[in-house]
Amino acid sequence: MNKKYILSSLVIITFITYAFYQQITGTDNSVAIKKSANTIPTAPVAQQALPVADKPKTTTTGGQYKDGTYTSSVTNAYYGNVQVEAIISGGKISDVQFLQYPQDRSRSAQISSHAMPILISEAIQAQSANVNTVSGATDLSGAFTQSLQSALDQAKNS
Amino acid sequence: MGMTITIEIADQKVGEDTFEKIYSYFQYIDNTFSVFKETSEISRINRGEIEKKDYSSDMKEIFKLSEQTKYDTNGYFDIQTPSGTYNPSGLVKGWAIYNASKILLADGFQNFYVDAGGDIQTHGLNTEGKPWSIGIRNPFHPETEIIKVLSLGNNEGVATSGNYIRGQHIYNPLTKENQLQDIVSVTIIAANVYEADRFATAVFAMGREGIHFIEKQKGLEGYAIDAKGIATMTSGFTMYVKK
Repeated sequence: MNKKYILSSLVIITFITYAFYQQITGTDNSVAIKKSANTIPTAPVAQQALPVADKPKTTTTGGQYKDGTYTSSVTNAYYGNVQVEAIISGGKISDVQFLQYPQDRSRSAQISSHAMPILISEAIQAQSANVNTVSGATDLSGAFTQSLQSALDQAKNS
Repeated sequence: MGMTITIEIADQKVGEDTFEKIYSYFQYIDNTFSVFKETSEISRINRGEIEKKDYSSDMKEIFKLSEQTKYDTNGYFDIQTPSGTYNPSGLVKGWAIYNASKILLADGFQNFYVDAGGDIQTHGLNTEGKPWSIGIRNPFHPETEIIKVLSLGNNEGVATSGNYIRGQHIYNPLTKENQLQDIVSVTIIAANVYEADRFATAVFAMGREGIHFIEKQKGLEGYAIDAKGIATMTSGFTMYVKK
């Protein structure tokens, strides 16, 4: 058995011991709530969590979480950032507050309907004519090059 | 069709016969599909002189592709006119240019473009070994100005549909506001000019909705200019814009 195996065995044993300890004591597992808060990506998921808040447990025994207020990291939900705060009371989630959520309602509505995505617009502007050929709706490619050249010639001579 | 055909081949060893071959191919296309020629097959079909089963194989293919395009564009593309005749011009040009590029490829050429009336199939690189640079015509000054330069180095096709004459009406102060909102020019970049042309035609018919339709299509990018000179582009369009 080489060094690597010994090391990984130690890591695994440590985890098992820690998990066992957690199960017995029923204490400090704030990592779990933080993680679940982090993965709330959109409002619908958060809504699923809300009913939990409606019936908070007041018992202090057997709770999964340590009492306190936990703030998630900011999650990008594509149409805006989502950040929630979970309040743990009696070892259970007693409330979930949105600290950040997409507030640009019209934009969110547009994206969710997939009807009119936001596209960039600009005022058209004349460009240098140094091109191989030109795409256009009418048959003016030859005329274009010629007339442009004549315009350039005039510009030179004027 | 009354349009200029320009072919530039950047490969060495290109003879006059190559150009002749391509031009005569376009001549054949015109003789078959031009609704302006009384003797063309399409005109004879429109006069009821040819039964469906007797259509040429190319004509059958164009009818098949037209059906497909009508489906792909939610009915916005339709070769059947209100009077019941057929006008496949909105699709034939891109199809023919793409076929011409295949002829050049089969003859061993790798670096060229084929431009027919402003719709273009590129292949390979230009004489400087760089991507082909393609201007987009200013719909308000079509003979003198370009308003964008595209850089196409991956065998893309590009097509523009538009109505420049209508575009010039914006200077009429009596024009109604909703007409001012009209799209006057739509340029589409696609994997080949056939795709670009058929979608450019349909998208132009869609008006302002068109560019949003293109945004949803995989492999298509577009640049739509309205009557006020405001252009709206799809999210991937700038990838092709020469800096």
